[in-house]
Amino acid sequence: MLLGIVRRMLSMALTLFGVSVVIFVVLRLLPGNAVTASLGVSAGLLTHAQLAALNHFYGVGQPAIEQFFSWLGSTLSGNLGVSLASREPVSTLVGQPLLVTLELAAVAMVLGVLIGVGFGMVGAIRPGRWPDDVGQGVSVVGLAIPSFVIGTGLVTFLSSTFHYFPSSQGYVSFLQDPWLNLQQIFFPALTLSLGIGAAIMRTTRAAVLEVSGLNFTRTARGKGVSTQALVWRHLFLNALVPIVTMSGIQLGYLLGGTVIVEQIFVLPGLGRLLVSSINNRDFPVVQSVTLIFATGFVVVNMLVDVLYTIIDPRTRSR
Amino acid sequence: MSGPVLSIRGLRVGIRGRRGVEEIVRGVDLDVASAEKVGVVGESGSGKTLTMLSVLQLLPSPPLAVLGGRVLLDGEDLLTADARRLREVRGGEVAMVYQDPMSSLNPLTRVGRQIVEALRAHGTGDKVARARTREVLGEVGLPHPDRIERAFPHELSGGMLQRVMIAMALATSPKVLVADEPTTALDVTIQQQILELVSRLQASTSMSVVWVTHDLGVVAQLVDRVVVMYAGRVVERAPTHRLFAAPTHPYTAALLASLPGPEIGHRRPLHQIGGTPPDPSRLGAGCPFRARCPYAEQRCAEHEPELEERGAGSFAACWKDPGAWAR
Repeated sequence: MLLGIVRRMLSMALTLFGVSVVIFVVLRLLPGNAVTASLGVSAGLLTHAQLAALNHFYGVGQPAIEQFFSWLGSTLSGNLGVSLASREPVSTLVGQPLLVTLELAAVAMVLGVLIGVGFGMVGAIRPGRWPDDVGQGVSVVGLAIPSFVIGTGLVTFLSSTFHYFPSSQGYVSFLQDPWLNLQQIFFPALTLSLGIGAAIMRTTRAAVLEVSGLNFTRTARGKGVSTQALVWRHLFLNALVPIVTMSGIQLGYLLGGTVIVEQIFVLPGLGRLLVSSINNRDFPVVQSVTLIFATGFVVVNMLVDVLYTIIDPRTRSR
Repeated sequence: MSGPVLSIRGLRVGIRGRRGVEEIVRGVDLDVASAEKVGVVGESGSGKTLTMLSVLQLLPSPPLAVLGGRVLLDGEDLLTADARRLREVRGGEVAMVYQDPMSSLNPLTRVGRQIVEALRAHGTGDKVARARTREVLGEVGLPHPDRIERAFPHELSGGMLQRVMIAMALATSPKVLVADEPTTALDVTIQQQILELVSRLQASTSMSVVWVTHDLGVVAQLVDRVVVMYAGRVVERAPTHRLFAAPTHPYTAALLASLPGPEIGHRRPLHQIGGTPPDPSRLGAGCPFRARCPYAEQRCAEHEPELEERGAGSFAACWKDPGAWAR
C-alpha cells in the first residue's frame, strides 16, 4: 500500500518533468523570443551589443540547458519566476485566472455528469423509447460539433437575439457578485459540458446495458427488489467504474477545452492567459501555466484510481 | 387433497428472431405439491431452465418471451399478475438459486447486505433483517456468519457462495424453492454437501423444491418425482424409484444407461446417446427424439406423441410400450 503510494508519486513527478521538458523544447522551437515579441520588427534595428544586453535582461541569452535547469530549480523551490511581459511574479499573475478556470471546469463537469448520467440511465433502462432516442441524437450532436462552434453560436445567438452578454461589463468574481458571476460562467460551462455529457452518456448507457444482462441483475430481480433499488444499487453501482473512467478522461480534455472557450466568452482564466503569453513569448508564464494544466491532469488521474478502489473491492486487495 | 402449490399449464416460451418466433418450450405441464421435491431433468437446450425462469418472469426478454400458458401459484396466475404482486412473489413466495454462484451475486456489495436486501424487499425491518441474515447464514452451514456477512463475493469460494445464495433464497421462508442446476459449477464433494444441505433444510419445513439438473444421479438421492424434458416438452414423468426401476420413455432409458455405475474395477463402457438434440427450428411433425431413438418407426415421424399414463404414476410421451422395446 505504502509502496504503491510512493511509486504513484514518483511516476507523477516523472510525468510532470517530462511535460516541462517537452514544453520547454517546443517554446524554444517557436521563432522569436521576448525581445522580438515586445519590439516587433524594430528588433532588427538593434546592434549586437544592444541585442545581447536585452537577451541577458530577459534571461533568454544563455544556452537552453542552462535556462531549463535554472527554471526547474527555482520552480521546485516554489518560485515560478517573473513574467517577461509585465514584470510581475508569475505566482501573482496566475492566481486569479486559476480560480476562474477551476470554477469553469467544476461547473462544466457537474453539468456534463448530470447530462451524461441522466440521459444515459434513462436510455439504458428503457432502450429504444423516445427519451433514449433524444439522448442518442443529442449525444451525436454534442460529440460531432466542436466546442468553439457551439460557443460562438451561443454567444452570437444570446447577444444578437436577446442582447444578453453577461461578460460585457468585464469579469466579476463570485465574491463580488455571485449572481452575475454565475451567469458569466454558466454559458461557457454549458458549451464545454455538451461534449463531456455526450461522452459520459454513451459510456453510461453502454455500461448499464451490459450490467443489466449479467447474472447478478437477474438474482436481484428474482429476489423482488424495487425497480429503484435495482437501478441504483445494482445497475448503476456496477456501471460506475467505466463512468468514472470516462469522466476522468473528459475532465482531462476539459482543461484543454477551457483555453478555447475562455477566449470566446472573454473569461480571464488560465487558458486566456496562456494564449496571450504564447503571443508575447512570455516563457516563464507559459511554462507555469502548462505545468498547472499537467498537474491538474495527473491529479485527476490519481483521484480516478482512488475512486476505483472505493467503488470496487476487488481492486483493493493489492 | 389440496391442489398443487405451483402448477405450470401449457407453458410455451419462444425466441423472437428476424424470421418470426421460434418455440423452444412447447407446452409444458408441471405440478408441484406442498413439501414435494420434484426434479426436472434434461440435456442443455431442452428448455428446463427457461421453463423455471418463466415462473418468475426472469427470462432475458427480448429476445425470449412467454408465448402462452399459465403459471399458477396457489391458483393465482403469475403471468398476468401486476408488477407489484410479481415483486412480492419473487423471492417472497418463490425463491430461486442459480447455476453459477460466482456471477450471481453483485460483486460490489457485501454478501450480508444482499441477503438483507432480499428480506427488506419483503417488508422486514432493517434490524430484524440483519439478525435473520446471520441466522440463515448459520443454517446453511457457513462458519462464522458474522464474518461471512461482511465478505465480498470475490472473497468466498464457489461452494460458500452457493450456500450464501441458498441462505438468501431461504431467508424469506418461501413456499417454493427453484434450484436451477445449483451444483453444476461446483466440484463433486461440494455438490454432495449442497444436496445434503437442501435435503436437510427442506425436511424441516413444508417448502417445495424444484431441482433443475442435467444429472439423473443428482436427482436420484434428492427428489420424490422426476420430470424428464426433451426438445421443449415433457417426455416422461414418474416417481423417482419407478423412473429408475422401469423407465417408460426410450430417452429416459438411454439417460439411465449413460449413468456411471458404482462398481469399481468392473469397468463397462459408458453408454452414449448418439446424435444431438434437434434444432428447435426444424422439429417437423413427428416425435423430436425419433432421430436418436433405437425403436423409432414410421408413425414416430408422422405424429408427435402426447403424454399418456403408463401405470403406477408414470407418464410417457411415446408411441411404443416399453414391453415392445425388446426386439
